[in-house]
Amino acid sequence: MLRARFLIPLVVFAVMVVFLGVGLKLDPREVPSPLIDKPAPPFTLAQLHAPEKTFSQKDMLGKVWMLNVWASWCVACREEHPHLVALSRTGVVPIYGLNYKDERADGIAWLARFGNPYQLSAYDRDGRIGIDYGVYGVPETYVIDKAGVIRYKRIGIVDPEIIRDKILPLVKELNRNG
Amino acid sequence: MAKLLALLLGLVLAGAVLAKEAPTVAADPVLEKRVMALAVELRCLVCQNQTIADSHAELAVDLRNQIREKLKEGMNEAQIIDYMVARYGDFVRYRPPVKATTAPLWFGPFALLLAALAGLFYYIVRRRRSAPAQELSEEEQLRVRSLLEAPEERP
Repeated sequence: MLRARFLIPLVVFAVMVVFLGVGLKLDPREVPSPLIDKPAPPFTLAQLHAPEKTFSQKDMLGKVWMLNVWASWCVACREEHPHLVALSRTGVVPIYGLNYKDERADGIAWLARFGNPYQLSAYDRDGRIGIDYGVYGVPETYVIDKAGVIRYKRIGIVDPEIIRDKILPLVKELNRNG
Repeated sequence: MAKLLALLLGLVLAGAVLAKEAPTVAADPVLEKRVMALAVELRCLVCQNQTIADSHAELAVDLRNQIREKLKEGMNEAQIIDYMVARYGDFVRYRPPVKATTAPLWFGPFALLLAALAGLFYYIVRRRRSAPAQELSEEEQLRVRSLLEAPEERP
């Protein structure tokens, strides 16, 4: 009886370790997005390289595509960029950019310097469309299906593991399902 | 001395001038009040432990502007909260709604309190049972009396 009582602090300690351990693994920035399985919010924006032309999410109906929110001022985007360039070379999924709260000239110069993985980039100067997409930390990435529904959202850097384990299988499945 | 005082006074006043708050964007104080009332309900997702009223992050400023515009367009408070939740999820609300997924958050503390009270109750009852108050036997009574009445011994 007495011996069992001595075990109590140990048990309490073990429970705390488990909770703290799980807490360490959780990333508070990864907030579940309410946009998953919802239609991509509508927009029509001028293109980054061709201000006279527009781009709308409607233009992509019937295709599985990726929308990547980026900015020249975003440090993490620079880290992510080579992975997107590599993915775009495979041609598995078309990547479109949303240039978020950026100066047009800066954005264009950034792509010229680091390579352009995007079919084109839409230019969201005041971040209005970003708000509609629930953007709060650039980079953010969306996979949108043929019906224009958001199927996956990544807040933060898309790295090779995520491309391999999440994005590519999803794109394959979405393309197969018509 | 007078010069020094004047200088100090000047510095203090300069501080007061600098500390004045920046003028708000909307000239309409009623509207601004509504904007701020909503802003304290909403979490700034960039700096997660601040409301968008407190935060100077660019997104918070954008969202305050967005609230201002929506109010001007005639949306009411509940509609704007819904608008934000549709984009950023329940996490954007500082006061989370009561629903199945947030039940542990709302009722967990009360459950813990109840469990603690039950534990305490059980502990007290068990202790009483294991050591019930005992009557002293006659012999013991006598011994107690003799001890109490004995003259104090001094070394």
